[in-house]
Amino acid sequence: MLRYLIRRIGAFLPTLLAASFLIFVFIRLIPGDPAAVMLGDQATPEAIEALRVEMGLEESLAVQYLRWLSDVVRGDLGDSIFFQVPVLELIVDGLETSVLLALMTMVWIVGFGLPVGMVAAARRGSWLDQSLSGMSMFLASVPTFWVGLYLILIFAAILGWLPSSGYPSIFGEGGLANLRYLLLPSIALAAPNAALIIRLTRASMLDVYREDYVRTARAKGIHPLRVIVRHVFRNALLTVVSAFGFTLAALISEAVVTETVFSLPGVGRMVVQSILRRDYPVIQGTILMIVLLYLAINLAVDILYAWLDPRVKLR
Amino acid sequence: MTTYATATGFGGQKLAFAGLLIIATLAVCALFAPWLAPADPIAIDPLVRLSPPSAAHWFGTDHFGRDTLSRVIHGSRMAAFIGIGVVAIALGGGITFGVLSAVFPRLGMLLMRIVDVMMAFPALLLALALIVVLGRGVENSILAIGVVYMTTTARIVYGVSLRLKSEVWVDAALAMGARTPRIVFRHILPNLVSPLFVQASFVFAFAQLQAASLDFLGLGVPPETPTWGNMISESRIYITRAPWLLLFPGLMIALAAFSLNLVGDAARDRLDPRLQAAFGGRSRS
Repeated sequence: MLRYLIRRIGAFLPTLLAASFLIFVFIRLIPGDPAAVMLGDQATPEAIEALRVEMGLEESLAVQYLRWLSDVVRGDLGDSIFFQVPVLELIVDGLETSVLLALMTMVWIVGFGLPVGMVAAARRGSWLDQSLSGMSMFLASVPTFWVGLYLILIFAAILGWLPSSGYPSIFGEGGLANLRYLLLPSIALAAPNAALIIRLTRASMLDVYREDYVRTARAKGIHPLRVIVRHVFRNALLTVVSAFGFTLAALISEAVVTETVFSLPGVGRMVVQSILRRDYPVIQGTILMIVLLYLAINLAVDILYAWLDPRVKLR
Repeated sequence: MTTYATATGFGGQKLAFAGLLIIATLAVCALFAPWLAPADPIAIDPLVRLSPPSAAHWFGTDHFGRDTLSRVIHGSRMAAFIGIGVVAIALGGGITFGVLSAVFPRLGMLLMRIVDVMMAFPALLLALALIVVLGRGVENSILAIGVVYMTTTARIVYGVSLRLKSEVWVDAALAMGARTPRIVFRHILPNLVSPLFVQASFVFAFAQLQAASLDFLGLGVPPETPTWGNMISESRIYITRAPWLLLFPGLMIALAAFSLNLVGDAARDRLDPRLQAAFGGRSRS
């Protein structure tokens, strides 16, 4: 286990470093003087010159990168041009919304995707399986923002049951009841991702069905439901657990669209808004943080998977 | 006893056939849009703005009084163009990097690490980052989304090529004195055709959803061009007054992606089971 851990973490750090280098240079790929690009059209030549000095643009690229990286490691992601506050502060502000949205979405995905996948596998080949499978594939093909807009129309505009946009913190006035602001966004975001879990649960259960020990259990006369729960589901769960991990990781980037539809004050919407505002330090900082989170979740999933399935370590 | 295809497949062949029919219909729309559309997709008529579906305007009209049906039909042109462009870049780059990596292991080490780094970015985020550098536009959307799926394609091609390289017939060819180009063109590339067909249909489907997302965020195709994503983006503020405006373009995106997924799924089930492994694990959605 230890050797696997070392090898897996050994692959994580270089990837993160290389990705951070890409994120660092991408702003320099935009045509024009980076300082002028960052400050926009209205900037005075003096301000541009000051930023050039601050960014160390006269130095070599390697020196610039190392300086930037050491700032990042110390938690300094630079300042937002639009808001005039540290980028890290903005990210921390948006984190509550994004994390809660992701967790709530996962609740739907697990609560809906697992049982539906199990039923489809247990009734494989039947009309029920066919329609559940067809439905899940359709869900995977529907744009989340479109689902979100119609959820707003039905549940907020027509029925008036739920708020259509925004999210006040659960630590402020309203408390946990504010979670209702995330109900519609999380359902919209869950739809395509639940489809993936349904398909994976079904497929991995069918894989396990073909194993000898399942045939033995059935031949022994064990009740079919018990076979499904004790023998098939428990072993199929392994694949599904790792799918939860990379679904969670995928949610981070898909939330970009959902947060925009529902005007949620999360990190994803900030990425889009800072792109539209050309607020490059914020773009750079948020992308870096999202990639870090994405890689960390994937690393955690791999380690969890190896821990659950001892066979992995031997490979 | 269920067959392998029904045990793993979703829906089966009938659904895949339905998918093909939908794709063919959309292709006809894209090819003959100017003749099929009842009206000019950009003709403004303030007198009939936001009118519900009627005999004159089957899908209603938008806030400029433009005919939604005509815009939806013309939207299929851009959808097809973007899909074909993205598939060309993803497959062209993916085949080149994947096969080169499998044939030249040292180069492969380097190229596959680059792919790893690109895959450290979530799909939509990588596309967004590329748009920041390239600026918005049709070609840039295609390039950005194409690069995203080039990475997954390269990895699949690499996996399949490595497997093919270790087959006995390649050993036999090598023993008979075949050189690398011959191995690549006679033994590897022809065997990549079916897995790449599967990959192409999935990439085409993903491209529809990603391009629509970029358009919706205001970072894709310029708003004056009628694309399904732009239509939803423009009409979203009228959703309570004219909910039908968003219905048809959204359905078209879903229908296009759904039918492509159906075809891809059915094709994957018919693949050699040993090659199916290449499509397992982490996909980019």
